[in-house]
Amino acid sequence: MEPINILTSKAVPLPLPNIDTDQIIPKQFLKRIERTGYGEFLFFDWRYDLETPDHVEERKDFVLNKAEYKGAQILIAEKNFGCGSSREHAAWAINQYGFRAVIAPTFADIFFSNAGKNGIILVRLSEEDVQTLMERSTANPDHLITINLEEQTVTDDQGFNATFEIDPFRKYCLLNGLDDIGLTLRHVESLDTFEKKHDRDFWSAPKTVTA
Amino acid sequence: MSTAPKTLFEKVWEQHVVVEPKGEPTILYIDLHLVHEVTSPQAFDGLRMAGRPIRRPDRHIATVDHNVPTTSAYDRLHIVDQVSAAQVNALRKNCAEFGVEFFDVQDSSQGIVHMIGPELGATKPGMTIVCGDSHTSTHGAFGALAFGIGTSEVEHVMATQTLPQSKPKTFRITVDGELPFGVTAKDIILDIIGKIGTDGATGYAVEYAGSAIRSLSMEGRMTICNMSIEAGARAGMIAPDETTFAYLMGRRFVPTGAAWDEAVAHWKTLPTDEGAVFDRELFIDAATLAPAVTWGTSPGMHATIDGAVPTLSDAKTEADRKSFERAYEYMDLKPGTPMEEIKVDAVFLGSCTNGRIEDLRAAASVVKGHHIATTVRAMVVPGSQAVKRQAEEEGLDEVFRSAGFEWREPGCSMCLGMNPDILSPGERCASTSNRNFEGRQGRGGRTHLVSPEMAAVAAITGHFTDIRKWKQTEGAKH
Repeated sequence: MEPINILTSKAVPLPLPNIDTDQIIPKQFLKRIERTGYGEFLFFDWRYDLETPDHVEERKDFVLNKAEYKGAQILIAEKNFGCGSSREHAAWAINQYGFRAVIAPTFADIFFSNAGKNGIILVRLSEEDVQTLMERSTANPDHLITINLEEQTVTDDQGFNATFEIDPFRKYCLLNGLDDIGLTLRHVESLDTFEKKHDRDFWSAPKTVTA
Repeated sequence: MSTAPKTLFEKVWEQHVVVEPKGEPTILYIDLHLVHEVTSPQAFDGLRMAGRPIRRPDRHIATVDHNVPTTSAYDRLHIVDQVSAAQVNALRKNCAEFGVEFFDVQDSSQGIVHMIGPELGATKPGMTIVCGDSHTSTHGAFGALAFGIGTSEVEHVMATQTLPQSKPKTFRITVDGELPFGVTAKDIILDIIGKIGTDGATGYAVEYAGSAIRSLSMEGRMTICNMSIEAGARAGMIAPDETTFAYLMGRRFVPTGAAWDEAVAHWKTLPTDEGAVFDRELFIDAATLAPAVTWGTSPGMHATIDGAVPTLSDAKTEADRKSFERAYEYMDLKPGTPMEEIKVDAVFLGSCTNGRIEDLRAAASVVKGHHIATTVRAMVVPGSQAVKRQAEEEGLDEVFRSAGFEWREPGCSMCLGMNPDILSPGERCASTSNRNFEGRQGRGGRTHLVSPEMAAVAAITGHFTDIRKWKQTEGAKH
């Protein structure tokens, strides 16, 4: 995972609450066994018109398809972003499309975790602050927003200045691009000790059959 | 550990803390990892690339459920969709390579991953259970701490048998009183989601308590815990009791003899202590509940069967208003339409929410002696091979078939339409599944979530019908 700290970019406004992971990446793309190549399927059902068989056309009115928003690395949405299915493909699709951060008032738990493991910064701001940024990015697609992870701030050139909360450990991992498994394996001695004792508990073993 | 009164969640959590590194998330031990074809291939690949083995293959169980066809045994062994076939084959190969017990497509123990854990007795009280699927919360019905994870976490569990976790807050939802006639576990959980919202339990581990919950069978409890995620909860749990022990006794992976006694003694220590404090509480009077039908594109958008599609004046916030308008259009419904006037084109009975034997029995008791409406196509997809066998032994397959239902092979099927079982654009479905998101059952498809009995009666009449009234009139004839 790539380290990330300061991100300055224009932003794509998606003014809807409860955007679920079925919308972010529909089921048909979950059959793939690869970890890459999901960016082109991001928001597939909203992004493409499939009325004509064998021919996929971009919906001109969907924000991701507007030329002025191409290259944006920040996505702005309303509350409970990423709810529903646990599919990490949603985080892969967002990341592989080119987004490095999502700004919203709240995020669903599993998506929150998946995003962190893919180097995506999730910024929780108040509903009012999200609205302000949403309006500015809607009015002016070239509106630049800066997210500073180290300082935990979001700013723009029109005087917007908000701070956001982030778990210190998550921040440390994002700043350094750290791999979770490697981090956990630092504790392998504690794990060995725990497991020796825990394995004797009949109730804890999925496949224990006899004493 | 302190001696203060503890909640069920806190007890299970504490028993699985491996280490609490300063300033970092807790490393939590995972007792059981359930694996399926969709969220695992990239995790196995990750292990291979890093040269890591699965630390504890004995704590893993795998099966295929999400994209297997349900039409026939032959179709399942010869999957036409080459992308799906490749994914199923990848799991077969990965399980063999990494030493994971795998229940293949025609194995007598195959089924939806959340069905087979309990059926095998692999799911037990006090365990920590994870799976790359958000409906892992189902297993909380046994007093286990069970939650859905992403693919990076799947790989993490495979490599370390642990997960770094921040401790969720606790939320008790108490449903007291006798359930009114015609009201099921599905109606309870839909009511809860409607009350607290689809993000109402985000950040919480929920415990369901109260006499109405205790009166439920294990099947009903699983339905409730299954949909915890639709309220945003990290997990849903119900304290183990005699109903739990009776369900588990004698199952394949459940201890026997002295070990069984020791296990039961442990399980009895798990329920929340008197005086334990929750971060949040909600009380519901069971007498206020009625059969539910969702009308919109989120499980929280539901009405009771004697109600109507809400109007914009019912929207509490500006965000709700926007969601309502979008849902009216997607669902092609006018505000104020009585729920009983909404016609259905398709009926789906199945899924990890309502694909268990008790669900099929309830639906069959409604269907018996009737035929589905000529305007409706209907299918029953048992949640597992075990459920299918049991139903066939009881003759339920014949009841459904002679009423015009298709009787299918087990899998996730039309709950999420990853296999060929999908709705056509505009088609309206009464579904016993868990999500009514846009396109969930097929692009442009319209999903209404209901209980098995409500789905069955809608299949017969061709429109949503109050099961309470129907049972008193039609039902009385049989």
